[in-house]
Amino acid sequence: MSASAPLEDVADALAEHADDGIDFDGLVVEPADGGYRWETPDEQVTVGEDGLRERADDPYATNWYYWERVVAGHDTPRRAFLRWLEGADDLGVPERYDELRGGHTRSWGELAVTAVLSEGGRRRYEVRHEDDLGEDVDAYTDPLEARHLVKHDDEGRYRPLSTAPSLPHGWAFVDLDGGEAVQTVEYVYPATVSNWHREREGDLDVDHWDEVAERQTGIYGIVEQLDGDALEWAAEACCVDSQCLKRREWDESDDEELDVPRGDGEFPCREPCSLFVAAARKFTTLEREESREYTFELTPAEKEQLEDIVDAVADGRTDEIREADVNEGANRYRARFLRAKRMDDRGLSGTPTYPEDHE
Amino acid sequence: MQALVIVGHGSHLNPGSSDPAFSHADTIRASGAFDEVREAFWKEEPSFREVLRTLESEEVFVVPLFISEGYFTEQVIPRELRLSDWDPEDWDSDGTDADHVTVQAGDVDKTVHYCGPVGTHDSMSDVIVERAKSITDDPDVGEGFGLAVVGHGTERNENSAKAIHYHADRIRESGRFEEVKAVFMDEDPEVDDVTEFFEAEDVVVVPLFVADGFHTQEDIPEDMGLTDDYRTGYDVPTEVDGHRIWYSGAVGTEPLVADVILERADDAGADLADAIERVRRRTESEGAASAGD
Ligand code: SF4
Repeated sequence: MSASAPLEDVADALAEHADDGIDFDGLVVEPADGGYRWETPDEQVTVGEDGLRERADDPYATNWYYWERVVAGHDTPRRAFLRWLEGADDLGVPERYDELRGGHTRSWGELAVTAVLSEGGRRRYEVRHEDDLGEDVDAYTDPLEARHLVKHDDEGRYRPLSTAPSLPHGWAFVDLDGGEAVQTVEYVYPATVSNWHREREGDLDVDHWDEVAERQTGIYGIVEQLDGDALEWAAEACCVDSQCLKRREWDESDDEELDVPRGDGEFPCREPCSLFVAAARKFTTLEREESREYTFELTPAEKEQLEDIVDAVADGRTDEIREADVNEGANRYRARFLRAKRMDDRGLSGTPTYPEDHE
Repeated sequence: MQALVIVGHGSHLNPGSSDPAFSHADTIRASGAFDEVREAFWKEEPSFREVLRTLESEEVFVVPLFISEGYFTEQVIPRELRLSDWDPEDWDSDGTDADHVTVQAGDVDKTVHYCGPVGTHDSMSDVIVERAKSITDDPDVGEGFGLAVVGHGTERNENSAKAIHYHADRIRESGRFEEVKAVFMDEDPEVDDVTEFFEAEDVVVVPLFVADGFHTQEDIPEDMGLTDDYRTGYDVPTEVDGHRIWYSGAVGTEPLVADVILERADDAGADLADAIERVRRRTESEGAASAGD
């Protein structure tokens, strides 16, 4: 009978390890009086080897077997993540098994990761967009597919930042073992599990902006010139939760914090990423220009309309503005009307950008 | 446990830039030679900074999916991987013969074997020839054919031209093609005038680039006169000035590049058993099969 095979393995492992003693998640087994002492929060008995084998289907036994013999990998991010997933640090084995029977789900960025109890205490895992929980979506079993699935958002736009909150919908990785589950998560959000683990262990190596900027060479060497205010604006532009799901742990330097909210993400950002550095390079060149005074003629509604347009672009809302919704300042017809009225070859309101070139 | 990390450039703008790294990684994964295989990128994730910590293996072979030795392989990659003991001198290379160096990384307790780039490994010459075979759909291609190996040129990096010449010279010495020339995008001899450099009517043109992108899909086809507008596409071969030009696109997408990556790791002491043989068999037949499509 196939269902007995996993329990057979548990029974063999119990018999094999009992002499060395087992002490794991509430289960204690050790040699005593010619047999073995079996102790759990619910029971304390002395049994022979047969009695030990008979207890192979005890949740404490299968739980021990799963974590110590199947998952193993002590001190690895993989194990820590899988333990966190089922709340192993907070829940006793019977409570956990109750939860796991129906599937226990936690979120990781926009992902929902579900652990389900399977034969002989094994766990199987599923990974999908959290909005797709309970939805009928395409099923995948090979974690490598995740690399391609998450490359573009639902509108088909390339996602250069894996932790941007634009994860596409419509897929689910199912029937994964623990290693595959972590691999899937790591293909969707690379290195997040490792850095989260380091943070929990108290050894997250944060590199602040000053160190990262100093390290840059080539065309990025100039980012060191970005001043403190502009760095704040850059972090507000790129790093807040509406743009990136990592929780920013880096600051301007070890003793100068940025005021921009860090975000509430489960996993940390330990140093400015390549996208941030590339954007910072552009901001650095833009910030070299001095402000000037320009004189424009705009009606109050036109001034507000320009503000609406900036907001719509900054909030990524342009796609949502309906074609005929002329009450929206960032509506296309409204923008075209403004351009027809206020812009000519000298630019906005007939005011040249560089008046000296027109004198 | 041993891991392989393929480090590539990646892109914030072009989603296809990481495809070759992914597909070569998949080929090597399937060979089972490494316990872990991971791709890392300068512009994508995991970054060079954070890839080593994602691995459980104690022994890591890092192979740059770059064409030439220089700024990236000598400065950026070692710096970002925190290989602080690494010194470019350790490679003892004059621009085309970097091998490997064993060092520790600053943020993880692992031994890192940092290898030279795929582009300057001898077996890259075989990949260029393989590319010529697959684009002509002729396993015996050579007789009556010229071969142009295209590089970026020296403007960006002096060694980039060295790598092109190195492989062009090796293939010429093999005697397989009637003529072999190194040509460049931004220096003489220029790819624009490619037909002027060959007597042979048929010329295979292979760009020594890692991934297809702007240069290989837009600039080079237009520069050579295969098309006025890359968006309208071009035929293979295309008739230009009395020559038939067989333009192959970036060599880095050729399946056999997986073999070069393995050769790099093998040179650095990875325990590969017969993986190289198996990958070679598989990628050579894959290349032939896709050329027949
Ligand atoms: S620097 Fe960190 S928080 Fe900011 S965008 Fe990049 S990954 Fe996100």
